[in-house]
Amino acid sequence: MKVAVCVKEVPEAGAARRIDPQTRRLDRGGEGALNAFDANAVEAALRVKESEGDGEVVIVSLGPEGAMDSLRKALAMGADRALLVSDEAAVGSDLVATSRALAAALERESPDLVLFGQQSGDSDGAVLWAAVAERLSLPMVSQAAELELDGAKATVKRQTEFGYDRIEVPLPAVVAVSDAINEPRYPSLKGIMGAKSKPQALLALDEIGLSADLVGEAGSKTEVLALSDPPPRGESRKIEDDGTAAQQILDFLLEQKLV
Amino acid sequence: MPAPERSLVPTLVFLEHHGGEIQKGALGVLAKAASLGDAHGVIAGSGVAALAGKAHGAGKVWVADDPALDAPLPQPRVDVLEQVVKEGAYDSVLFAASVLAADVAAGLAARLDAGLNWDLVDIQERDGTLVGTRPALGDSVYVEVGWKSEPRLALIRSGTFEPVGGDAGEPEVAEVAVDLQDFSTKATMLEQAHEEQSGPSIEDADIVVAGGRGLGGPENFALVEELAKALGGAVAATRAVVDAGWYPYSTQVGQTGKSVSPKLYVACGISGAIQHKVGMQSSNVIVAINKDPNAPIFEFSDLGVVGDVHQIVPKLTELVRARKH
Repeated sequence: MKVAVCVKEVPEAGAARRIDPQTRRLDRGGEGALNAFDANAVEAALRVKESEGDGEVVIVSLGPEGAMDSLRKALAMGADRALLVSDEAAVGSDLVATSRALAAALERESPDLVLFGQQSGDSDGAVLWAAVAERLSLPMVSQAAELELDGAKATVKRQTEFGYDRIEVPLPAVVAVSDAINEPRYPSLKGIMGAKSKPQALLALDEIGLSADLVGEAGSKTEVLALSDPPPRGESRKIEDDGTAAQQILDFLLEQKLV
Repeated sequence: MPAPERSLVPTLVFLEHHGGEIQKGALGVLAKAASLGDAHGVIAGSGVAALAGKAHGAGKVWVADDPALDAPLPQPRVDVLEQVVKEGAYDSVLFAASVLAADVAAGLAARLDAGLNWDLVDIQERDGTLVGTRPALGDSVYVEVGWKSEPRLALIRSGTFEPVGGDAGEPEVAEVAVDLQDFSTKATMLEQAHEEQSGPSIEDADIVVAGGRGLGGPENFALVEELAKALGGAVAATRAVVDAGWYPYSTQVGQTGKSVSPKLYVACGISGAIQHKVGMQSSNVIVAINKDPNAPIFEFSDLGVVGDVHQIVPKLTELVRARKH
């Protein structure tokens, strides 16, 4: 059983994030970290491997060479190998370009199961798995709050706005897990030390059969045109309750014609 | 009013439906599309022919009606949309964001190698093409985004646009001869979600009263419910309390829940951390009650009240009821 987990390095949580007004891209110059939501996917993959008794968990990503540091966290958690597609030409890849690159890398691996996390912490995108599944012509289920494997099929409890669906899908398949699915384990010291010697491969575009025009800004079909400040909210009031707060709120609501 | 001078190609809108009705968000996007020029809709499902007549604002509705489309699963809908986009030669396809719509839009983006911009809060015509606006980095910056090719795919943030009022009119209806890829039908629905809720769904509600950790315990959600009832609104919850099992996931507002933009959002015992903020920041009026004067929610609420929710909320409920009678 080979489980591939697609992950991303994003700017560290808590770091002040900014979009570079020159390139109009997210400034990734600061510290990077494994996208928190991807840790759920890594955890889910490790649990699949543990319940199957054997198998391999491969971490796959697209990013700059330095992103391998973040992939190493997944190796420290227990994943077996990391593959990082890294090429100058791939900078600034949008959904179309990123999904192309990841699909090409995954195709070489022929995994039984491809996992994704809830969303990306930087672009707030929750779309990549559907695009990758399409490129691999694989069935796909998203928002998995529970995932069970039984031989050659997976059963997913999927979170929707209407409650939970139960969906069955034969392997190979793509599953995107919701952050409700598990609590990712913390890497042990042994895991952290061991991560360094696990296979970590950098893949150039030609190794996955892609040319430069298919990735990066050249291969992207969307673009950022301009940045601006969000519209101002208007006047805001803050009061401390002296026993009359409820009445003051009501007065405010009446003033706003909301009651 | 004459249609604006954009390309003569109508905009296609994915009309998600549930329980025999087209989703309000989808109707809102349809209304927006109709303001940009001609708007056409596409409905996919089983036994859905009658929904075409509910597509207010659509001059034409494509109906893909097939038992294989009964379950609200995304991949068969990618096949349907690909067909319709090609048959109708559409250059733009708009989706109201939802769990299903995001999967469909992204699958379609890969199928057609078409650009997809998501989380849009506005979309405008400019120089014969479309330009979208979306918040980014926790709504701290606004980004103008575009498409470098056609068709242009867009996911519009939930609740951004209001549906068209008045009579639906009679759109032209075109039947889609459904033809699905093998891999599209491999995922099967064993059991579909049934939502039990009383009152309006939180995405449709004009007034939302939300409870967070500051309530202290699940039993105190009764205070939130009473206020919501008095105001005629819906109850929402933060991720923290949903995870703690105090309230159902279907009411969760935030980064990993729903996005709402009601006329009034009353936040009770909610700190206003970014994960929650992004789900409700575009509410028209925000009233926040929290005993911590430094709670981040006070940075973006219109009326911030530093005080005890257990005292203030029941009193407010009483006052609202008295006012209404």
